[in-house]
Amino acid sequence: MSFLKKSPWVLHYAATSCNGCDIELLACLTPLYDVERFGIVNTGNPKHADIFLVTGSVNEESRKVVENLYAQMPDPKVVVAIGACALSGGIFRDAYNVYGGIDQVLPVDVYVPGCAARPEAIIDGVVRALAILEERARERKTQRKLVTS
Amino acid sequence: MTTSYSWTLAVGFLVFGPVLGALLAGIDRRLTARMQSRRGPPLLQPVYDVLKLFEKDTLVVTRLQTLYLWGFLFFMVISGFILFLGSDLLLSLFALTVSGIFLCLAAYATNSPYSNIGSSRELMLMMAYEPMLIMVPLGFFLVADSFRVSDIVAGEPWQVLQLSGILIGFLFVLTIKLRKSPFDLSSSHHGHQELVKGITTDLSGSDLALVEIGHWYENTILLAWLYLFFAPLGVVWALPIALVLFFAEVLIDNTHARLTWTSTLKGTWSVTALFGVTNLMLLPLIA
Ligand code: SF4
Repeated sequence: MSFLKKSPWVLHYAATSCNGCDIELLACLTPLYDVERFGIVNTGNPKHADIFLVTGSVNEESRKVVENLYAQMPDPKVVVAIGACALSGGIFRDAYNVYGGIDQVLPVDVYVPGCAARPEAIIDGVVRALAILEERARERKTQRKLVTS
Repeated sequence: MTTSYSWTLAVGFLVFGPVLGALLAGIDRRLTARMQSRRGPPLLQPVYDVLKLFEKDTLVVTRLQTLYLWGFLFFMVISGFILFLGSDLLLSLFALTVSGIFLCLAAYATNSPYSNIGSSRELMLMMAYEPMLIMVPLGFFLVADSFRVSDIVAGEPWQVLQLSGILIGFLFVLTIKLRKSPFDLSSSHHGHQELVKGITTDLSGSDLALVEIGHWYENTILLAWLYLFFAPLGVVWALPIALVLFFAEVLIDNTHARLTWTSTLKGTWSVTALFGVTNLMLLPLIA
């Protein structure tokens, strides 16, 4: 069995969000929701992270950072887009300076809707991401076996 | 004087040292969570973390980093092996120091600004705590007439009273050794801050797992050092006292904000001078 599920370390980045979703995300760490009981740790270091949580509608400035962070994360990894902004641009959709959605710049695995996304929804999204993460790890293993045989 | 009993202890340390260390780390995280009125992760969470890290890719910045990390782990194990063999305490301390330097080298080798700051600060911390650590074997030598751990364990029950100043100093530097707040300058448990992760910023996957396993050994070694003060009282008294003092560090961790390196250095040296040196000078009078 895979231990990825038991110890997901998340990296959080606010790509031009209004910070509403970020506050909800941080609420997951508070005593009320306490995601650490599932082994989830909020790490600020992409090289230690398994799950990339991104909020906001992404503009040119934050695009570079998002891409850089994603590239620095070791495989297997998953991306979770949080909030209406991260899904489609949200209320900033018509603004001339935003890309309108994380999936415009990164491959997104899980979409968590809401403006702001509720902590329960975010935890739910992370749980779904875990299933994808495990699937990805399994695929890698079989691929490696194929290569070596 | 190495008997088969001490060999069993030493080999037992090789195998069960990391297990005990991981449990200590798990209890630590659990206690921290309870102090913040959270439930906290399962007891074996540190083990899950390390097993997961072995499943992840390892980003190699320079091949040297893995070599240095093996050096870190190797000398850490050697240090504990000497200690549990009942051999020379001073030698064990030197191995512990070498191991710490290897960790700094690994961080320097990766060349990221964050790990560079981390290892500079780690070296600064070493400068702060090393005098006090040296004083511990010296104190033991003055009361037990030997640097050998087996002689210290067989010492007089009141040696801890004679060494009370040194014990206070040791507890102070234990906070630094365990990387607890207010002295978590070089690598904090919480990554989202100015330092990112300090020393371990650029280490990932199995490399980071090596660091974690090294820290498990270190936990066991430090607990053993603490135990040594009370060892002549017998295991029934010594182990609970050592454990209580060990976990008192968690309380300190949760109630203090981080200090700057200057105040850390000044504070540690003041405590070393006030308690450690005074104790050493008075020892010939009371022993
Ligand atoms: S989805 Fe709503 S709350 Fe979240 S960042 Fe966008 S505007 Fe703010």
